[in-house]
Amino acid sequence: MESAWNSFYVAGVSVVIASAIALPLAYFTSRFNFGGTVLIQTLGIVPLIMPPFVGAVAMQLLFGTNGSLNLFLGDVFGWNIPFMEGLNGVIFVQSIHYFPFILINLSASLANIDRSMEESALSLGSSGMRLFRRIVLPLGMPGYIAGASLVFIKVFDDLGTPLLLNVNNMLAPQAYLRISSIGISDPMGYVISVILVVISLLAMYVAFLAMRGKEYSTTQKGGGGLMKRELSFKEKIGVYAIILTILSVVLSPHLALTLLSFSTIWSYSIWPDAYTIAHYTEAIGSAGHFITNTMLYAGVAATIDIILGTAIAYIVWRTGIKGRKALDYMAMSALAVPGVVLGIGYLRTFHSTNMPFTDIPLTQFWLIIIIALAIRRLPFALRACTAALQQVSIALEEAAGSLGAKKYSTIKKVVVPLMTGGILAGFVTSFATAAVELSATLMLVSAESDAPIAYGIYVFMQSAAGRGPGAALGIVAVLIVALGVYVSGRIIKNADKKNAITSDN
Amino acid sequence: MSTKQQSNSISIQNLSLSFGKTEVLKKIDLEIQAGEFFSFLGPSGSGKSTLLRAISGFGPTPSGSIKIGDDDITNLPAWRRNVGMVFQSYALWPHMSVRKNVAFGLEERKIAKKEINRLVDEALDLVSLKDLADRHPSQLSGGQQQRIALARTIVVKPRVLLLDEPLSNLDANLRVQMRRDILSLQRRLGLTTIFVTHDQEEANTISDRMAVLDDGIIQQIGSPVDLYDNPVNRFVASFLGSANIISGQIKNQQFKSSNNLTLETNIKKNKKCDLIIRPQSIDISTTKKQNKNSYQLTGQVLYFEFLGQTVRYFVEVQGHEFIIDCQHTKDKKIINNNEKVFLNITTDQILFL
Ligand SMILES: Nc1ncnc2c1ncn2[C@@H]1O[C@H](COP(=O)(O)OP(=O)(O)OP(=O)(O)O)[C@@H](O)[C@H]1O
Ligand SMILES: [Mg+2]
Repeated sequence: MESAWNSFYVAGVSVVIASAIALPLAYFTSRFNFGGTVLIQTLGIVPLIMPPFVGAVAMQLLFGTNGSLNLFLGDVFGWNIPFMEGLNGVIFVQSIHYFPFILINLSASLANIDRSMEESALSLGSSGMRLFRRIVLPLGMPGYIAGASLVFIKVFDDLGTPLLLNVNNMLAPQAYLRISSIGISDPMGYVISVILVVISLLAMYVAFLAMRGKEYSTTQKGGGGLMKRELSFKEKIGVYAIILTILSVVLSPHLALTLLSFSTIWSYSIWPDAYTIAHYTEAIGSAGHFITNTMLYAGVAATIDIILGTAIAYIVWRTGIKGRKALDYMAMSALAVPGVVLGIGYLRTFHSTNMPFTDIPLTQFWLIIIIALAIRRLPFALRACTAALQQVSIALEEAAGSLGAKKYSTIKKVVVPLMTGGILAGFVTSFATAAVELSATLMLVSAESDAPIAYGIYVFMQSAAGRGPGAALGIVAVLIVALGVYVSGRIIKNADKKNAITSDN
Repeated sequence: MSTKQQSNSISIQNLSLSFGKTEVLKKIDLEIQAGEFFSFLGPSGSGKSTLLRAISGFGPTPSGSIKIGDDDITNLPAWRRNVGMVFQSYALWPHMSVRKNVAFGLEERKIAKKEINRLVDEALDLVSLKDLADRHPSQLSGGQQQRIALARTIVVKPRVLLLDEPLSNLDANLRVQMRRDILSLQRRLGLTTIFVTHDQEEANTISDRMAVLDDGIIQQIGSPVDLYDNPVNRFVASFLGSANIISGQIKNQQFKSSNNLTLETNIKKNKKCDLIIRPQSIDISTTKKQNKNSYQLTGQVLYFEFLGQTVRYFVEVQGHEFIIDCQHTKDKKIINNNEKVFLNITTDQILFL
């Protein structure tokens, strides 16, 4: 029982803190015009692509009892802040890791709001924060709820972080410890797994209830989203200060990881002792295939996800097909299954099934990793696609239909293009998180040559000597995924520009 | 707000506005009286919305100045202008009930709750939709949404009311009804109002005065009758109703078209110009009449359209096609195709521009 309460507490508080981080970033970048908005959005997503277990290691280095910050505080003031102790540590790591879910989905939502919604409020005398709170944020709710429910669920059933921080009195670690110590047949482990799944489903249901019966679509997609205001010099300084503060906190694990990847030895000291680039040569020399594997797996999985996500979102929200709600829950339930549980499930299901025309068991074939990743990340893409679809007014679709367009071409020519922002957001989340997924892949990788990068990092990180190269490989992973995110961000921005001209009234 | 009666006239001086490199409004000068119902009329893309949005504080920053009464609002942000704008799409907030939508502007002005309720009821009454206060916008018809958008705007007592094609999403009957309602509302409240439309009948019936825009330039300002009778150029003449327009040249007090159709004039100056005659200003007859102060032309009927109260003849005169509208009454004889006809035009019905 205590574990259940702890899990709730940690997930709830993490959502609050993640919102506090994500809201200002989304607000500033979507409302104002200043240099580097795309860069800031990209940096805001980067935390998501740090494998959680690596993030925890890095944050221990910085914020742990013997981390840089506390050593520094101890030297100067003689006291410490227990950031990383117990549940606080989990909350801290999780909020920083998962807030991009809110940022991505909320930003996509904000970009979809009809400009006249905001203008009519302005001409009625509303402005600034009040305008944001009363009009903009409520209209962006589909995105916020999508993001916040993801954060809640991911934190709720995350395993790696509590384990690494040695916090065992939460539900997921309990389940894992029981299954791994007593064995796959321990009933208590399954009971807890079921509780996890049920509560996650419940959380999704609550999010669904919050959205139901509310009208969020704005009839026209005018002017490419919110009006962007120019900032005065003073305002600019203020905005940059806030953004830099937030980014420096949320990117600190990456900073630590970067330092670690360049350092010879770093422990019990504020800064590393000396620097080297040897780790990079070692990491890249031995790990090229990790990188190509990762791109392949995550890319294919994310592509599958957005196609399925768009299709399912459409079926669930725009058709009357029987059992469509069940389809939604089924797709989303993948979210509620912790990676370890899913991994075990696959092993049990496919172990005795051979690849067609070969003697290799399906579990030893790399395709299984893609399937696992695709299924695990489907909910992310689905949420993003659903939020995007909810903002496309049904009138637009009816318009196409009334012009004689068949259902399929309506979807292809009208619905999907208007959903582009959301779909790309879905792709980014799926891709970025699939690229660093560890728990499921760890169970499924059979040959090192088929392994993705997270596996490589994990293997390196096992030994003290491997921490340097592991960190180097982690940095490489982050760079690759960040590049992908940045490129898709640019695509969204260009698509918005095009819409702004063609559909302006 | 100041206690003294504010004058809510609108004065626009030398206003230009560009989207990037394309100049969309060019040196606009415009004076609108307090309490006037004023329309912007013009074809699609002429800059009507852009001008309206500039007045309400949206879009790129223009050069020039905009004043309401004595207050220069050129550099005020939209939310401080107290300019009421009704959007073509209505822009009702889907997440709020009708009552909440209407109350929004009052809440922003920090008015007491009781007072807000009273004013909202009053505004909803004014558009006769009090019964729908608790619905959400998605549960309203287009016409109802339109009224709510109007109520939401006037409830805050804006200094001026701006309407961007408010009727274009409604069906024909409703449009006529709504435009009367809007006009009577405007009269009752004495609101200075600008109404954007590309429908000239709408503009004619509703406006005290109007401005015809084309290509970002105000072509002419005046009352509907004035603009119709005395257009200053070919564009205004053809945009407001139908007109026979023939281009040619005046030389030695004689107008000559490209096909050598020749008419005497008393204009002394030699110039290229257009001859403009309204279709109903031409008298058509199968017999020759002698009138003082009128031009006589002969031609041949190509075909005609029976429109009920009028018959529209298409007549060829020296290679030019004239449109002639002729009042129809019961049993009046209709002239057949190919028949030879005599056209009679009093001199004061012809414009050389
Ligand atoms: N956001 C924009 N970016 C670039 N050009 C624009 C933009 N908005 C309008 N324009 C251009 O400005 C000109 C005037 O547009 P405006 O919307 O004012 O026309 P309008 O008279 O209201 O037309 P309509 O009757 O079709 O509403 C048009 O040529 C249009 O292409
Ligand atoms: Mg317009």
